[in-house]
Amino acid sequence: MLTINPNEIVETIQMIRDEHLDIRTITMGISLLDCADSDPKAACQKIYDKITRYAKDLVKTGEDISRCYGIPIINKRISVTPISLVAAASNTCDYVPFAKTLDKAAKETGVNFIGGYSALVQKGYAKGDENLIRSIPEALCSTDFVCSSVGVASTKAGINMDAVRQMGEIITKTANLSADNNSMGCAKFVVFANPVEDNPFMAGAFHGVGEGDCVINVGVSGPGVVKAALEEIKGKDFAILAETIKKTAFKITRMGQLVAQEASRRLRVPFGIVDLSLAPTPAVGDSVAYILEEMGLEKCGTHGTTAALALLNDAVKKGGVMASSSVGGLSGAFIPVSEDAGMIAAAECGALQLDKLEAMTCVCSVGLDMIAVPGDTSASTISAIIADEMAIGVVNQKTTAVRIIPAIGKTVGDSVSFGGLLGEAPVMPVHPYSSEEFIARGGRIPAPLHSLRN
Amino acid sequence: MRAVVTVMGSDKPGIIAGTSTLLANNKVNILDITQTIVRGIFTMVMLVDIENSKMELADLSESLKALGTELGVEIRIQHEDIFNSMHRI
Repeated sequence: MLTINPNEIVETIQMIRDEHLDIRTITMGISLLDCADSDPKAACQKIYDKITRYAKDLVKTGEDISRCYGIPIINKRISVTPISLVAAASNTCDYVPFAKTLDKAAKETGVNFIGGYSALVQKGYAKGDENLIRSIPEALCSTDFVCSSVGVASTKAGINMDAVRQMGEIITKTANLSADNNSMGCAKFVVFANPVEDNPFMAGAFHGVGEGDCVINVGVSGPGVVKAALEEIKGKDFAILAETIKKTAFKITRMGQLVAQEASRRLRVPFGIVDLSLAPTPAVGDSVAYILEEMGLEKCGTHGTTAALALLNDAVKKGGVMASSSVGGLSGAFIPVSEDAGMIAAAECGALQLDKLEAMTCVCSVGLDMIAVPGDTSASTISAIIADEMAIGVVNQKTTAVRIIPAIGKTVGDSVSFGGLLGEAPVMPVHPYSSEEFIARGGRIPAPLHSLRN
Repeated sequence: MRAVVTVMGSDKPGIIAGTSTLLANNKVNILDITQTIVRGIFTMVMLVDIENSKMELADLSESLKALGTELGVEIRIQHEDIFNSMHRI
């Protein structure tokens, strides 16, 4: 007999069909620590062999699960051990071949992206970190699917301002190198404070050293479902608002848990975490900004936006946490400008400014994401934007990130298109006043007092 | 393995006949069937057993989708666990 009533069945189908409910990503994390070799060619061969062996059925399994449950699974991805650690053992200063190896493995396995061309330098640079960071512009511009990230700050270590300064230069160089492709290289690069080791989302995913040999992490989505639920409770008070979001987040996360367990079983790989994120797409109706506007704001970015986002982010976690046996990753609402139709509209009409976005990152997962700034923005200004964002993460003991795109040849009023899920970003103004001398100081901003918790 | 077949669209003669014929031809057993109007849409829900089905769930899904196009309705088949996980703790 049917244990579920037809109303509930139709509710689920409408979420998928009309409200863009989907599983955003199944990400396989693979440790490459055992691929280190003094001969770089041998190391690359080991890396390629291991990734293609472990992930050979990942895409097909994702597609099979999608058909079995009738729910779209948008991305299948791979994250690997930060390459700076693996390549450090090799007798070479040129790490670009490692990036090309990752790209080749991604193409062979059919995944959308591979993350982990990464380094963690919050307290200082080791040999592998220096080589890797120097190679990032060329690595990102000579590959298609490789994503890169650098951790430059943590609550425990403070902010490595030498690294922050270098990030401004790396981003500027990457933008110029990929200028004929809308500075696309920068869309695949993230700078982090307090990065997490089990993030399934790109561009910041890497497989942390504390993880097992191989793991399946799943990221869910569903801003459209939350917005549709809020349309039913117009004008009701905040307690009802929070309750409604919690219930919806619970349902969304249960989908993620089901798919994660099934992927883990079919691939015979341990289940890691479900990331409870509300990840928007450029499709109309799949926007986090529209949820905030549904709460009663005329435009995302106006006064009240930070409070609305804080409520949303908290309710998503509270609703989702009981729906999964293991929650992790970034878990919260994402606010990538170019990937969210409502954010794009708000930025285009001037309602949403960079400063407000920065405030919003205090209360949501991650940070300044997919933001285009004028192509002539100086490296030191980009570094200063990063420094501000890192300070928010370090002091508030949360993950923050910056994925910023200097749109070469473009200025405020123009927009830059990346295609697909990466969407289209209106170029946003930055402050015209210099931060040059501040960034030139170098050294490290000490960890805050509350990092001393032992 | 049990799955849920849903037919959504405007009611007309031949929908149940067409769907159940396709299922019977593939040795899919109908365990329960109910039809109702949900949010203004004619909805038929069938619980089916696909243990002895000639086709895999994914292929059945394609055939039912094609039949739906022919009949002017939307037909889906989904593993029942998706509904159980979302609506039951």
